[in-house]
Amino acid sequence: MTTHSAADCATCPAHHAGNLLKLGVDMSDSDYVVALAGNPNVGKSTVFNALTGLRQHTGNWPGKTVARAEGGFSYADKRYKIVDLPGTYSLLSTSKDEEIARDFILFGRPDVTIIVVDATRLERNLNLVLQVMEITDRAVIALNLIDEAKRHGLQVDERRLARDLGVPVVPMAARQGEGIPELLQAVHEVANGLAVCKPHRVKSESTAVQRALQQLVQQLTAVYPTLPNARWVALRLLDGDQRIAEAVRSGEIGALSAPENDQNADLLIPLEVAA
Amino acid sequence: MTTYTPRMNELNGQGETAVRETDILQTAETLRWQIGQNFHEQLMEDIYTEAARIADRAVTRAGEKPRFDMDRTIDHIVTSRVWGFPLMVLLFTVVFWLTISGANVPSGWLSYIFLDTLHPLLKEGATAIGMPWWLSGLLIDGMYLATAWVVSVMLPPMAIFFPLFTLLEDFGYLPRVAFNLDNIFRKSGAHGKQALSMMMGFGCNAAGVVATRVIDSPRERLIAIITNNFALCNGRWPTQILIASLFIGGLVPAYLAGFVSAMAVVGIAVLGVFLSFAVSWGLSRSILKGEVSTFSLELPPYRPPRIWQTIYTSVIDRTMIVLWRAITFALPAGAVIWLSANVMIGGVSIAEHLINLLNPLGLLIGLNGVILVAYIVAIPANEIVIPTVLMLTVLVTGATGVGAGAGVMFEMDGSAVRHLLDAGGWTLLTAVNLMLFSLIHNPCSTTIYTIYKETGSKKWTLIATMLPVVMGFIVTFLVAQVWRLLAG
Repeated sequence: MTTHSAADCATCPAHHAGNLLKLGVDMSDSDYVVALAGNPNVGKSTVFNALTGLRQHTGNWPGKTVARAEGGFSYADKRYKIVDLPGTYSLLSTSKDEEIARDFILFGRPDVTIIVVDATRLERNLNLVLQVMEITDRAVIALNLIDEAKRHGLQVDERRLARDLGVPVVPMAARQGEGIPELLQAVHEVANGLAVCKPHRVKSESTAVQRALQQLVQQLTAVYPTLPNARWVALRLLDGDQRIAEAVRSGEIGALSAPENDQNADLLIPLEVAA
Repeated sequence: MTTYTPRMNELNGQGETAVRETDILQTAETLRWQIGQNFHEQLMEDIYTEAARIADRAVTRAGEKPRFDMDRTIDHIVTSRVWGFPLMVLLFTVVFWLTISGANVPSGWLSYIFLDTLHPLLKEGATAIGMPWWLSGLLIDGMYLATAWVVSVMLPPMAIFFPLFTLLEDFGYLPRVAFNLDNIFRKSGAHGKQALSMMMGFGCNAAGVVATRVIDSPRERLIAIITNNFALCNGRWPTQILIASLFIGGLVPAYLAGFVSAMAVVGIAVLGVFLSFAVSWGLSRSILKGEVSTFSLELPPYRPPRIWQTIYTSVIDRTMIVLWRAITFALPAGAVIWLSANVMIGGVSIAEHLINLLNPLGLLIGLNGVILVAYIVAIPANEIVIPTVLMLTVLVTGATGVGAGAGVMFEMDGSAVRHLLDAGGWTLLTAVNLMLFSLIHNPCSTTIYTIYKETGSKKWTLIATMLPVVMGFIVTFLVAQVWRLLAG
């Protein structure tokens, strides 16, 4: 979809790294919120540091990062706030770090979610990608460690991947700084609606489950007509997800029905949206 | 009306909205029952299949790497339904067999140095400088000997067991063990990662309790904490190994003794694992009800273990730390034992009073008063159970020629220990029940304190402490009754 060749980008004013202004912890007046998700130990923090100029220290064992780190950058005249989420393998189970990541993607409603994936372990990483894309439409895949994959004799066809997933895929070697300009451009396009994502959704439920889903989605949309991810909410309810059930009971889920650019004040992340 | 926020709902009247929202939940609850139990697994599987399909389309390999295949082959075997468990038991049997048969020789050297050579020298030195008998008794016969015993009994098995265990860890085998056990733990209503904290518990229960931090669901974490005690810890291995080689190994010809003893120890360890499942199952169906959470466990690539580094770090980090802990507890315990054996009330020492008091209960459950007193003395550290038992048995039987006096811990070769225990009225039942009770009794005080710190709850600490003791009494009681019934 929106993966550009280097030649295309050379003529694009947004390409030059000079366009990136690292704002560190200055997140005032951000136009967009970007979430950074991914499995543990795939280079999320390297991407975070490259974008914000911060030096966030992370360990590579699960459980070390259970909170989220935040920073800011400015690109093509827009100010972005970026939130580094704890590394997780899935968004389904009930552990604290997964809950933090999921709650932010769901209730924080980031304008763009960058999912950093390890090109050498694509299959495992895609599990998370598919789960994130169940919640949000606007995702960008940062296909990191592409250099390591090459060393292992792996070739990842990022264009095919982008077509299959329905979202932009940017090959990167974040540690070497490769692919950062392309990533910024992709985020910029998705955030500003220049690129439209059509995320791939897993659809292989049995007919019984499909009927159950349909019934629940109907009820959900009756109460919240503009709920953007009713199918996902229904899936979670069927799975007995207490957190989501609580959100439905308390009406918190209704906050998600607000149309874009009309954020409720009680969201986790107060936003000031440019006109 | 294009938006339908909660605020809008309020305008429509709160009652109406509330009904509709609970309606959704009600429907969800009903539908959940209809779609069946394995919905969650199906959901995960769908995602995994889809991820595999997409990844497969996007990735091409320039040529399969042989090591990649090798990993897969090994995983196919060690995590297979048929071979996974037997291999696991075999591997651990080999580790224990190496530990048991390898520890004898250095144990002999150490006891020769510390007990046969240094102890008499110290006593002579004390007499030479005119130290009163009670002071040299307290310091040398009590504190010094207790510590020397612990060092010579514990250091060799630990110096063999820990490096071997760490090598397996370094190789990447432990996550496979967790993988093998995950299914059973989940069926027990516990978290699959409990297998990891249990593995840590085999080294030290306090460490195992801390390791439950990887489990994030509070319910499943509590289960893991309470059942961690059923992982036979380092302080209890020496007891198991000594009793097994004296009594169980003694049942078979000498060339089989080492192997049979190792099998007996593995049997106790496996029983502990089984008890973990059983108690987890019981807890998750009674006081800790709830759903099981799923998790992904990464099976890291196998790596050739870094042998020298592993030996160095496991000796320094694990062996020395555990040994140091044992020594700090052995010092005061040695003093307490010596004092209790030498302070008389009405002509009888405190220790004997206690033993006589507990003897009826001990015999009822196939143990004896000496063992129960030893377990009270050993609350701070399980490591000193055997030294205490031996010392008190000498006291009770009035055996002569095996020690320098009341309350003295000493080292003898195996047959002398066996002889002494036989004189103390020990039978095969006593040995078996001691091995059982050593597995199923309260955690040591360090672990109890750790449980309190981790849970922050007196109630759960109390449950974690008392549950195993009560179970231990019940199990040993039942075994003793059945045994006596069968033996006529």
